[in-house]
Amino acid sequence: MELNHTNRQINVTRNSLFEQGYLDEQFTQLEDLQDDVNPNFVEEIVTLFFADSMRLIHNAETALENYPLDFCKLDDYMHQFMGSSSSIGAKKVKNECTQFQECCKVRNADGCTRAFQRVKQEHATLKRKLQTYFQV
Amino acid sequence: MSFIHLIGFGLKVGHLVLMLCYSFLTVISLNSLFINDSQMKPNNNNNTKSNKLWIKFLEIFSRNTSKIHHYYQYIGSDKFRKTWWKKLLILWIAFGTLLSLWVFWYMRSQALETRKDNLTNMCDERARMLQDQFNVSLNHVQAMSILISTFHHGKSPSAIDQETFAKYTERTAFERPLTSGVAYAVRVLDSEREQFEKQQGWTIKKMTPVNKDKYNPEELEPSPIQPEYAPVIFAQETVAHVISLDMLTGMEDCENVLRARELGKGVLTAPLELIKSNRLGVILTFAVYKRDLPSNATPEERIEATDGYLGGVFDIESLVEKLLQQLASKQTIYVNVYDTTNISNPISMYGVDVTDTGLQHVSPLNFGDPSRKHEMRCRFKQKQRWQTLAISTSFGIFVITLLVGHIFHATINRIAKVEDDYHKMSKLKKRAEDADVAKSEFLATVSHEIRTPMNGVLGMLDMLMDTVLDVTQQDYVRTAQASGKALVSLINAVLDQAKIESGKLELEAVRFDLREIFDDVLSLFSGKSQEKGIELAVYISAKVPETLTGDPGRFRQIITNLMGNSIKFTEKGHIFVTVHLLEEAAESIDVETEPSSKDTLSGLPVADRNRSCEGFRPANQVEDPSESVTLIISVEDTGAGIPLEAQHRIFTPFMQVGPSIYRMHGGTGIGLSISKCLVNLMNGEIGFDSVPHIGSTFTFTAVFSNPNEQQVNGQPKSKLEFCGMQAVVVDPRPVRAEVSRYHIQRLGMHVETVSSLTSALSMLTNGSQTVHVVLIEEEVWDRDSSNSSLFFYKLRNSDNPPKLFILTNSIGGSRQYNGICSPAVITKPLRVSMLAASLQRAMGSNRSNDRNGEIPKLSLSKLLIGRKILVVDDNNVNLRVAAGALKKYGAEVVCAENGRKAISLLKPPHSFDACFMDIQMPEMDGFEATRTIRDNEQDINTRIQHGSLSLQDYANVSNWHVPILAMTADVIQATHEQCLKSGMDGYVSKPFEANQLYQEVSRFFL
Repeated sequence: MELNHTNRQINVTRNSLFEQGYLDEQFTQLEDLQDDVNPNFVEEIVTLFFADSMRLIHNAETALENYPLDFCKLDDYMHQFMGSSSSIGAKKVKNECTQFQECCKVRNADGCTRAFQRVKQEHATLKRKLQTYFQV
Repeated sequence: MSFIHLIGFGLKVGHLVLMLCYSFLTVISLNSLFINDSQMKPNNNNNTKSNKLWIKFLEIFSRNTSKIHHYYQYIGSDKFRKTWWKKLLILWIAFGTLLSLWVFWYMRSQALETRKDNLTNMCDERARMLQDQFNVSLNHVQAMSILISTFHHGKSPSAIDQETFAKYTERTAFERPLTSGVAYAVRVLDSEREQFEKQQGWTIKKMTPVNKDKYNPEELEPSPIQPEYAPVIFAQETVAHVISLDMLTGMEDCENVLRARELGKGVLTAPLELIKSNRLGVILTFAVYKRDLPSNATPEERIEATDGYLGGVFDIESLVEKLLQQLASKQTIYVNVYDTTNISNPISMYGVDVTDTGLQHVSPLNFGDPSRKHEMRCRFKQKQRWQTLAISTSFGIFVITLLVGHIFHATINRIAKVEDDYHKMSKLKKRAEDADVAKSEFLATVSHEIRTPMNGVLGMLDMLMDTVLDVTQQDYVRTAQASGKALVSLINAVLDQAKIESGKLELEAVRFDLREIFDDVLSLFSGKSQEKGIELAVYISAKVPETLTGDPGRFRQIITNLMGNSIKFTEKGHIFVTVHLLEEAAESIDVETEPSSKDTLSGLPVADRNRSCEGFRPANQVEDPSESVTLIISVEDTGAGIPLEAQHRIFTPFMQVGPSIYRMHGGTGIGLSISKCLVNLMNGEIGFDSVPHIGSTFTFTAVFSNPNEQQVNGQPKSKLEFCGMQAVVVDPRPVRAEVSRYHIQRLGMHVETVSSLTSALSMLTNGSQTVHVVLIEEEVWDRDSSNSSLFFYKLRNSDNPPKLFILTNSIGGSRQYNGICSPAVITKPLRVSMLAASLQRAMGSNRSNDRNGEIPKLSLSKLLIGRKILVVDDNNVNLRVAAGALKKYGAEVVCAENGRKAISLLKPPHSFDACFMDIQMPEMDGFEATRTIRDNEQDINTRIQHGSLSLQDYANVSNWHVPILAMTADVIQATHEQCLKSGMDGYVSKPFEANQLYQEVSRFFL
């Protein structure tokens, strides 16, 4: 019963992540890659993603504080951020990154700042959610 | 008697005919109903008028007959039938009784009639004889009267005296058989009495009745005085005592005399007791006249002319006795003669009075005296005997009637009993059938119902596999999953069996490609066969059409069943599937696989295929070959074979060869039974031949319809590129070479087969045409490695080196060669797609593979297994994901964080089979890195060619070109072109997609 309950909870959490649009099918593919050779593959990847993304966010933050803004650099950071988030299937984060890149392209400083805030927010939310998911 | 037999026989026949009619009508009505049903359908299509009429007639007929049938059914209804038959039986018995009585009466009356006739005849005969003899006597007496008148009265003196008369009469007595005596009395008037008495010397005496015993003429008184007298003067000796007696004194005599002289004819007295003899007699009297009188003379004239009277005595009694003695059958009847002048009081003249008042016949007698009437009465002495014939006959009829009645009764009872039994049986049969149907339905339903939750279980197990499990748990889950899958397949089999049994299984009719099906089945079993090192091959005759219409799923099921069994029981050798048209089967068997033990696919002996299809129908089918195709498919293996004692029951459901086999191989034993049913559904037959420890050959036929559309000899597009190419197969074994040739020909290539490397070499060097591909059996290649390497180098040094392939049965077999640089390997079983891919890869063709369907992960992993792949990405996450994905498919992955590292890793000689490279990287992007790598490769290649670098240092590879695939998140055409421009071989989208990955990878690794 206990196990069953836990399983159901996992499923519910996982499904809610998909339904709320935090994750997409790429995450499922990641789950597919997980096997007996790599039993904790997804968790590893996600941890890696968050470590990597923290670095990128920090870099971006620093770049945003400098004036005038180096849009090229920001774009580069965001490209990387977007690549890794699309790899783990973090859909919302990826979308925000795309928006950020759009802002970078038109050199909209305010937009960039706002987009960055949203990216950070989504990132934080996803991190929280995934952490609970993996804890379970 | 025969009449009665006839009746009995007639009754029996009648009964039989009745029964026949009844059954016939029953059958007819049923039949016509049935015919109606079955004819209604064609009627829809066939709207000819006559057909309609015929149907209508049948309908009417059937309605009528079915009415009769109903009537009979009504008769057959228990209650009615019983009372009806009982009444009929009683009637029948009554009829029989009456008949027997009537017959008795009839025969009795018939007998009576004949008896009466008999009596009449006899009586009449006697009467006539008596009468005739009497008349004879009468005539003679009359003649005597003439004599008297002539010689006594006519002569004077008289010529006759008593002595003469007595003598004469004595001597003529035989003329008068009925007279006992004759006497003559003369008429004497009273006036002449004295003279007369004087003359005669005696007195006229009076006739008086006297005592019979003491008759004494002396004591007689003289006659009293009368006007006239009639004394007797002459008399026969027998009656001499009446001489001198006056006849007129006797009462009877007087009356007689008077009447005689008046009538002039013979006159009879009533019967009277004769004088002296005292016997009963009659006296006949004739008058003698003086002159001839006319016939119409009056009585007075006659009286006046009378001279005397002649009298004859008839002793009736003795006479009749005498007469009757002359006749036969005297004893059978009594004869009585009566004088019936006085009807109220007849006087008996002859015969005893018998009290018997039985049958009597009366015949009248005419003695010539009209005033006297006589008759003869006759009756049988014995009473009529018992009529045994009539009695036995009628009794016989009665008995026969009873017997017939009994038979009738017994028959009715029997029929009733049989009918009851029949109804009971049909009810039971119906119940049994219902039960059978219910069983099948139950089986079907339950199987279905089990399947649904089983799918749930399997699905859940699948999901469970994806969760975090430790090794033990995973093992458990895997076991559970395998068991579940086995259970589902078993249930499917049972469901099939149930469906087949309940006749619910219907075959589809869709168009399908037979060869594709075999390719699929081959890939299904290729893993197992490669594992076991068994040679698996399919050969389909070129005459078998490209597409057929039928049920591909079921066909595949049969093939899978048979091949599955073969694989299961074969440890070494081969499994060989051949498909032919039935028409060509006979000769092709001889040509393709001569069943000599040496010339088989693997060289091992096999069971005789000809014997497996011995019982089949002959090939000359009536069906039009353009519409239907009969295939004969045989699956030949070199497995354990089927023990002889088990061979007869292998097609029986759930019967396996033996428990030990079951333990060894599992299975339900239902597969062959289902296959047999399916084959039967396809109008085919299945048979086998098996020799234990040598192998089994299963052969079956199946009928498909041929879609008549003429297909453009439709080689799939991917095969067109090989069209017209020339291939050489090196194989010493003709059958195997034939199979290889078949598969290569399917690609549109020309194939030559040679048996050894030397002959292949000579052909290659001397042949005018260029050879593109050389396929060598592993066996040949392995036999002599020095020869092989020599061949290899010679080929390589020729101006247009053909591609070299080795055909092998097991994975990784030929990769272990050391020393020689091995050619590409094609692992059997040969399939078109696989072959095409291998060739494509070898030819370096860039054309993308046409296959764009669902690529199973299995094939992807097959491609990638054991490959060493370099993944280059600056993003750690992406790197890990890509590496994980490739590892999942069994590849060996090395990661590089940037282009520079990749360049150094890919500097020849290296051992990478491919490289996946991210495009967008800091410091050095993918394009730049690739360009550098290609430059390096080019440099080394040229240097190797110029000989400045030794080939051995670069792993014997003269042409370095590692496939590099771009990994990119945004796939746009520009990027693609850029990829190709910078020397990349293709690209994949960043989150790996199995399909795309397969497409790209297959170009290099197939």
